[in-house]
Amino acid sequence: MTTDTGTELGSDSFADLAAEAHGDIAGRSPWVLAWRRLRRNWVALAFLGLFAVICACCALAPVYAHHVAHTGPNDNHVGESLVVHGKTIPIISQGGIKFVNGKTVFTPGGIPIGPQLWRAGGRFVLGADGNGRDVAVRLLYGGINSLKVGIGSALICTFIAVILSLLAGYYGGAVDFVISRFFDLIWAFPVLLLAIALGTALSINGFHHFGITIPSGSLWIPTLVISYVLIPYVGRPLRGQLLSLREKEFIAASVSQGAGPLRVMFAELLPNVASTVLVFFTLIIANDILTEAGLSFLGAGVQPPNPSWGTLIADGQDRIATAPWLAITPGIAIVLTVLALNVFGDGLRDALDPRAKVRIEH
Amino acid sequence: MGVFVIRRLIGMVLVLFAVSFITYLIFIKIPGGDPAQRIAGKLATAQNIADIRLKLGLNHPFYVQYYDMMKQIFERKLVSYQSQLNVVGQIEEGLPATFSLAIGAGIIWLFFGIVVGTISAITAGRLSDRLITVLALIGISMPVFWLGIVGRYLLAENHPFGFLPDSGYVPITQSPVQWAYHLIMPWFVLAVLFIGFYGRVLRSTVLDTINEDYVRTARAKGISYRRLLVRHVLRNSLIPIVTLFGLDFAAVLGGGAILTETVFQLQGVGQYAAMSITTLDLPPIMAVTIYATFFIVVFNFLVDLLYAWLDPRIRPA
Repeated sequence: MTTDTGTELGSDSFADLAAEAHGDIAGRSPWVLAWRRLRRNWVALAFLGLFAVICACCALAPVYAHHVAHTGPNDNHVGESLVVHGKTIPIISQGGIKFVNGKTVFTPGGIPIGPQLWRAGGRFVLGADGNGRDVAVRLLYGGINSLKVGIGSALICTFIAVILSLLAGYYGGAVDFVISRFFDLIWAFPVLLLAIALGTALSINGFHHFGITIPSGSLWIPTLVISYVLIPYVGRPLRGQLLSLREKEFIAASVSQGAGPLRVMFAELLPNVASTVLVFFTLIIANDILTEAGLSFLGAGVQPPNPSWGTLIADGQDRIATAPWLAITPGIAIVLTVLALNVFGDGLRDALDPRAKVRIEH
Repeated sequence: MGVFVIRRLIGMVLVLFAVSFITYLIFIKIPGGDPAQRIAGKLATAQNIADIRLKLGLNHPFYVQYYDMMKQIFERKLVSYQSQLNVVGQIEEGLPATFSLAIGAGIIWLFFGIVVGTISAITAGRLSDRLITVLALIGISMPVFWLGIVGRYLLAENHPFGFLPDSGYVPITQSPVQWAYHLIMPWFVLAVLFIGFYGRVLRSTVLDTINEDYVRTARAKGISYRRLLVRHVLRNSLIPIVTLFGLDFAAVLGGGAILTETVFQLQGVGQYAAMSITTLDLPPIMAVTIYATFFIVVFNFLVDLLYAWLDPRIRPA
């Protein structure tokens, strides 16, 4: 029977490594070994490359807008027209009634121009939206916001979850009780409902409590809301792992040598869960981008006129019959980004710890 | 066991209390969420607002208001600030659609998830496994509402390959055929994510189980492959799937399919919640949150019980 341990996992046997080192068996850190395994998993690396390309494209959005598309993300071009192959086409089509051969032909108006690819010299590569805005430019600027929210909330969420689970894992007892009840509580909340409720409520007037002021249109609102609701998804499994680690001999050894709580937590416990945290981080970004899209779709995430992939899909929804590119292109951008992160995260997990059971639950 | 059940029941009540109280605090503390001002409108005088406050009991301390609201929910008297409709009645109206969506989609995703995961695991490394793995990854990477929009665009009536109704919900009591016909697309759209997810989980647990000693022993004793797979491997591999299914199903029953319900205009509890949230209508938000949390804690509890029954090692002392 064939098993899971195919090309990328089983090949790094000690014999291989020893042979590569010309007979000398050199000590190598687990990170080096993981990198060797990852290096051979070209699928995972290719998808990491795809993610990097997507990030780079979005980061270059201002350059594209200025030098290629010659328009900004919020510039309207209603009533203007475009010259394609010597023909002048209005950006938003004008409807009207024509008399052809004695018959009345009615053409509906208000349909934005479709994807031009390179026919118009870089303008309206992916067409225009109902306000005559360049979809390609908005897609790239929307990508900046989606990635900012996704990566930012993954960072915050992972950071808080790691700190809380380290505290719970190191101190155990009452501290662990309080922290795990906190996880349970967020876990029991209907997550999407909570996120939408928080997002909507905060986006009306912003947040002005405890000396912190966040204006209403700020990207911080979706970022913080998403990171908050996903804390237990990282924290609970980490806490379990840390609780079993703290019973290990090397912790006792470290304590007996006089290591204080901070040293044990960050120099002994943390390195042992670092690979899990790294894998979680990758998969959480993917999950956060999807959550952001859902929130923005319902109007509880990134606020207009700021574009994000979710809001672009929501805007395009009503015009799906006449201008399908509006809703389809941002969706493809989301699928590619999230797919890239998921494939890379899988590869990273296999490389770091083939036996680990790190999974993001929806 | 009895002690375990009682302790869990007390815990459930506490969680329900905490969740509802926190939701309440969030909406009371939010600036601009002041219901009196929102109801009174832009041209209201201070006197108007004061009158509304008095009428709704908003001048009481917040814990009294919270108590009043909870009491009204359980006495089925709570009305929306916006539409003045009975909140519990509105949720009950949404229940058939939400339950229809959840049950149909649940059956589909459980069935296909198990089939896909098993095929993938027993053909590990071969073309079918690769293909399933790729499709499952794409499935879990798609935003569900986008899939719904694209599905409607491609497959709904008056569209390129249209043969399904565009959206809406037909009660099963009115016409069972139309009911299923209208729900086919929402069922599959909602199920896609879970099929991909369950398929992946099952694939890895089956591969773990298949390498266990007892499986080898069973094979050595000459058991048929089919019997080995169903009785010995799948039976044990399905434990994590049972847990996941319980929790996911509860979330969908509790209005967690907000996006699917909104895209397909199913008029279920999820869509009611989404609508109430956009108008910051506190009473329905409170009621839906409690309703959803109820399903989550109850199914959490049921999953734990089922788990203890399936696997005696984790049975609480």
